[in-house]
Amino acid sequence: MSTDQPAPKPRTIIEKVWDRHIVAERKGAPTLIYIDLHLVHEVTSPQAFSGLRERGLKVRRPDLTFGTTDHSIPTHDRNLPIIDKVAEAQITQFEKNCPDFGIPFYGPQSKKQGIVHVIGPEQGLTQPGMTVVCGDSHTATHGAFGALAFGIGTSQVEHVLATQCLLQSRSKTYQVRVDGTLKPGVGAKDIVLNLISRIGIGGGTGCVFEYSGSAIRSLSMEERMTICNMSIEAGARAGLIAPDDTTYEYLANRPFAPKGEAWDRALASWRQLPTDDGAVFDKEIFIDANTLEPMITFGTNPGMGIPITAAVPDPNAIKDPVERETLGKALRYMDLPSGIPLLGHPVNVVFIGSCTNSRISDLRAAAGILKGRKVNPNVRVMVVPGSQLIKEQAQAEGLDRVFRDAGADWREAGCSMCIAMNGDQLQPGEYSVSTSNRNFEGRQGKGGRTFLASPLTAAATAITGVVTDVRTMLGKN
Amino acid sequence: MEKFTKFSSRLAPLPIDNIDTDQIIPARFLKTISKAGLGDNLFSDWRYTGDGTPKPEFILNRPEGRAARVLLAGDNFGCGSSREHAPWALFQYGFRAVISTSFADIFRGNALKNSLVPIVVPEDKHKALFAAVEADPAAEVTVDLETQTLTLPDGSSVTFPIDEFARYCMIQGVDELGYILQLEPEIAAFESKRTLTINTLAEV
Repeated sequence: MSTDQPAPKPRTIIEKVWDRHIVAERKGAPTLIYIDLHLVHEVTSPQAFSGLRERGLKVRRPDLTFGTTDHSIPTHDRNLPIIDKVAEAQITQFEKNCPDFGIPFYGPQSKKQGIVHVIGPEQGLTQPGMTVVCGDSHTATHGAFGALAFGIGTSQVEHVLATQCLLQSRSKTYQVRVDGTLKPGVGAKDIVLNLISRIGIGGGTGCVFEYSGSAIRSLSMEERMTICNMSIEAGARAGLIAPDDTTYEYLANRPFAPKGEAWDRALASWRQLPTDDGAVFDKEIFIDANTLEPMITFGTNPGMGIPITAAVPDPNAIKDPVERETLGKALRYMDLPSGIPLLGHPVNVVFIGSCTNSRISDLRAAAGILKGRKVNPNVRVMVVPGSQLIKEQAQAEGLDRVFRDAGADWREAGCSMCIAMNGDQLQPGEYSVSTSNRNFEGRQGKGGRTFLASPLTAAATAITGVVTDVRTMLGKN
Repeated sequence: MEKFTKFSSRLAPLPIDNIDTDQIIPARFLKTISKAGLGDNLFSDWRYTGDGTPKPEFILNRPEGRAARVLLAGDNFGCGSSREHAPWALFQYGFRAVISTSFADIFRGNALKNSLVPIVVPEDKHKALFAAVEADPAAEVTVDLETQTLTLPDGSSVTFPIDEFARYCMIQGVDELGYILQLEPEIAAFESKRTLTINTLAEV
């Protein structure tokens, strides 16, 4: 080996994936990067397909594009008609657009239909080192595989459909290092809610997170997806986790994963991805997993989160007038007192689902708490699997019986009450504990009030009818 | 895309931080397959009561807010979802610029593709703007994209950062897709060097 060449500059995984995808760099314009996987759904694509038709363009790479119906699709029996005619028209249009442009997709009747960020990994479409985009801000979910995955607007959906490329500016790199061991009752959702409560919902703006550290390494792929999923709630463009044996074990033999020699070649390439020793991040934060408690949000953005035993903060204790008013406005909307914990606060609905927490391990965790217990009669509990395949798996394991016997509603796959576009929604003034990702005003239905938490906390709350610390229930059923 | 030209306008103040896209255009209005009609539902839950009556106190329902083409908002405007329906709704309502101390990444990108200028100003200018509009609701600002200058009601001006390429596209009234399509040889060359690890069209 020659000694007179300078050693290559150590790079983060974020820079490595970026560098592998540069198509063109022209002065005066952002970098043109190549997109390996483009996921499309019914809500943010119709105007992009219309744009293609108006310009007489085709989809350049239908073989790198995949569609599903998830946002506006009802979660009741799929043999029933869709009551909302506007939603039905949107789904019908999607079922026309995909075949018109040669794009494979899972329609409402498909046995593999599901939430776009659930089916990509489930089918082995999401792979390490890829660039993945979708007209949905939770696309960061796919970062769990070491992919650079981010949400885009409809104009960009059209750009990618037409050219398989995007104009992008390089993001800053932000290391989120989580070391230590989680205590019982504390999980991936609590890690990410803790992160967002620390850095705020704009804390990651302009950045891509790399989650690292011993606590992240010990997580399953599904737990890693929960964390990457909520990167956008801290304002980050994307969030990813370097691939390791956990990643490869999950991915091997998935339907669209490479097989045989192609797998070996891909694996050799993926093993080059992790961040080099000595690589420098633009920003860093360290979190001690040993000290984490179950988290819950009390306000109207995902950064307004606290450990479940902690008191809701008092706006009067805040000096900055705009921050004080922002917190005060949130507590008025939520109709909550400050200075005391949320523990014991009554809820009307518990929602277990969404691209954050609807995978089989989430359902198993919730069922573990609900088994042999009954849902509080004052609470409506909806369990919405992330895909029809997860639903099938859960039924094979008898989880559906656990949910039904407890008094919960067992539904078909979709985004459901996370975004409340499909008829699943809160009534004005109602409170929910929800395993989803956003607690914005009206997010789960106009006037609805959302407490974000883990599947364990949601299940515990379903039983008591009030916000509950799951640690009081562990090992007792 | 509409060509962006220099203009002067009143401001509609919304002194709230972290205004998310669910407030700008609630998800129930995203079931449409066109871009039309979104402006009527801009800030729907803040603007109308449950039965659709305009709330008289909300700025867009007040005479001084109705004439504004510039929205003056709190920090981190446009956080949340990737829905381009948010800038579509703002543009259709009549806004041509939003002023804040920062914007969420996806919203900023979407706004730039729709001739809606996201103007980032320093905190002191931000405070001065809110004070100016409170003192005189008819106070005007001037937005000049050529020079990247915002002129405040007191005649002082501040330059604002904007992506050079997006600025060019807005001034010319062209969109990015035309430019990307011109790079076809580079795209084809890139594709010819790659080994694919997926094929979504494969029978699996």
